[in-house]
Amino acid sequence: MSSRVLVVIRKEFREYRRNRFILVTMAGLPIVLLALLVAETFALPAGASEATLRRPVGEALLFLQLIPVMLPTTIAAYAVMGEREQRTLETVLTTPVTDRELLAGKMIAAVIPAVVIAWLLFGVYVGLAEIFAPQVVLEQIWTVDQAVAMALLAPALAGFGIVVGVLVSLRSSDFRVAQQLAVLASAPVIGFVALITFRVLDPSVGLYAAAAAVVFLMDAVFWNVGVRLFSRERLLTARAAR
Amino acid sequence: MVTVPAPSGSTTARPPALLVERLTKRFGDRSAFEELSFEVGWGEIFGFLGPNGAGKTSAVRVLSTLLPPTSGSAEVAGLALESGNETEIRRRVCVLTDYPGLYLKLSVRDNLEFFAGLYGLPRPQTQARIDECAAAVGIEDRLDDFAGSLSRGLLQRAGIARALLPEPGLLFLDEPTTGLDPVAATDVREIVSGLRLRGTTVFLTTHRLDEAESLCDRVAIVNTRLVSVGTPAEIKARIFPRALEVRLREALPDPAAVFGSVDGVSGWRNGRGTGVYIVDAGDPEAVAPVVARAVVESGAALLRLTQVERSLEDAYLELVEGER
Repeated sequence: MSSRVLVVIRKEFREYRRNRFILVTMAGLPIVLLALLVAETFALPAGASEATLRRPVGEALLFLQLIPVMLPTTIAAYAVMGEREQRTLETVLTTPVTDRELLAGKMIAAVIPAVVIAWLLFGVYVGLAEIFAPQVVLEQIWTVDQAVAMALLAPALAGFGIVVGVLVSLRSSDFRVAQQLAVLASAPVIGFVALITFRVLDPSVGLYAAAAAVVFLMDAVFWNVGVRLFSRERLLTARAAR
Repeated sequence: MVTVPAPSGSTTARPPALLVERLTKRFGDRSAFEELSFEVGWGEIFGFLGPNGAGKTSAVRVLSTLLPPTSGSAEVAGLALESGNETEIRRRVCVLTDYPGLYLKLSVRDNLEFFAGLYGLPRPQTQARIDECAAAVGIEDRLDDFAGSLSRGLLQRAGIARALLPEPGLLFLDEPTTGLDPVAATDVREIVSGLRLRGTTVFLTTHRLDEAESLCDRVAIVNTRLVSVGTPAEIKARIFPRALEVRLREALPDPAAVFGSVDGVSGWRNGRGTGVYIVDAGDPEAVAPVVARAVVESGAALLRLTQVERSLEDAYLELVEGER
């Protein structure tokens, strides 16, 4: 990895620590979701049938997979737009950093916390389920295919949220619009994940691995599109053109 | 169009810091600037002056590889301005705009560390370099403050420190004193003037003609096209013939007889007020005693005899108004 990518990552982390909006999003959203998951699933009766479990557990698993999409989408939408709003973009672009290095630094800096938080959330949720949830619920949550989903699909989805967020950010003129469009653009992938978590598609290690591979491939394609769309001229002159 | 060379004193065996030939930038149908040709020598402070919309900022952006030119060519810090050279050119030049472009929620030190990293400064030397640059602009005691807590003037100084980090051979300053109060603007001008001693070439765009006149070795006046280039004195001399102002107690009955008889006087006209004359002379210093003698011999009471001083602003207004 280029040293300039590491420099960008380090700076992004420092900015996250100072940005209340990002801190609240990264800390607040998972806590709220965890509370919802616990409330939704831990009170289920010990003898609940699989049909009874399908909706609440499906929602819980969907929420867990939503975290890596939602968090980086917010951060990534801020990535370029935030630089423009702070009027730091032109200064950064005058340095030897390449478009690819700048985007890579910003995307990696967004994916790391998103994936770590998603894994932590899953771990805490499973840990709490071990203690407080009925065994039937734990058996639905703590499975090999769920572990594979979190290990493979979560990073792939985080990557997707980021590349989409940055793509929208590159073409948008307002941070909030960028954020909303990025979430909207992630909807098809979220819908697909919902089909699995609600067992419309039968979850399995193979399905999650295949889904992760497809999403990783989409990440790579959108990443290349993002690098191509990174037009310094457009970014610098868009403000004047508005 | 012939490229206007840098003065011989500032050129060396090296290629010039900037060599611009027929450079043009258009945004669709709109022309930012057209057919610019000029040269900037190493170590010069070169002013780039023009009204709003004259293409100054666009020229800086093109020359610093932020925007591609539409046509023409340039060499920046010894490298051709062409695809593939952008990163290397950006390694050799620095740009400071009217806004310092620092992250307000990070400390000044964090900001400088970030930019030092982007320029590839080795980490062991970074802190020493940051301290050196901060001291050069007088903010060494504010390094651990958040950039957002600094006044506009201090923030601009921090921006200059940022621009000095990689020891650029060529520094683009795009209206660096815009928005600063007079004291802060003076501080920034002193820092820019000090860059000359460090051997840094400065390409300075500014609206402030007094600033350009006091700081710049040479200036270019542009109004989407190059209007004039040279030292401030050369530009003034091109526009205004050298002249003396003669102030008498009363008007002369026959000025032509008095001034026309003096060798070296090429013409005269009435100045502002009774008994005031502007006498054109190629060498005012040599002609002044002869004019004084002629006036006194004519019986007039000479109150004052001075060389007419024109500012760069006078020349600029004459040139830019003439362009309209």
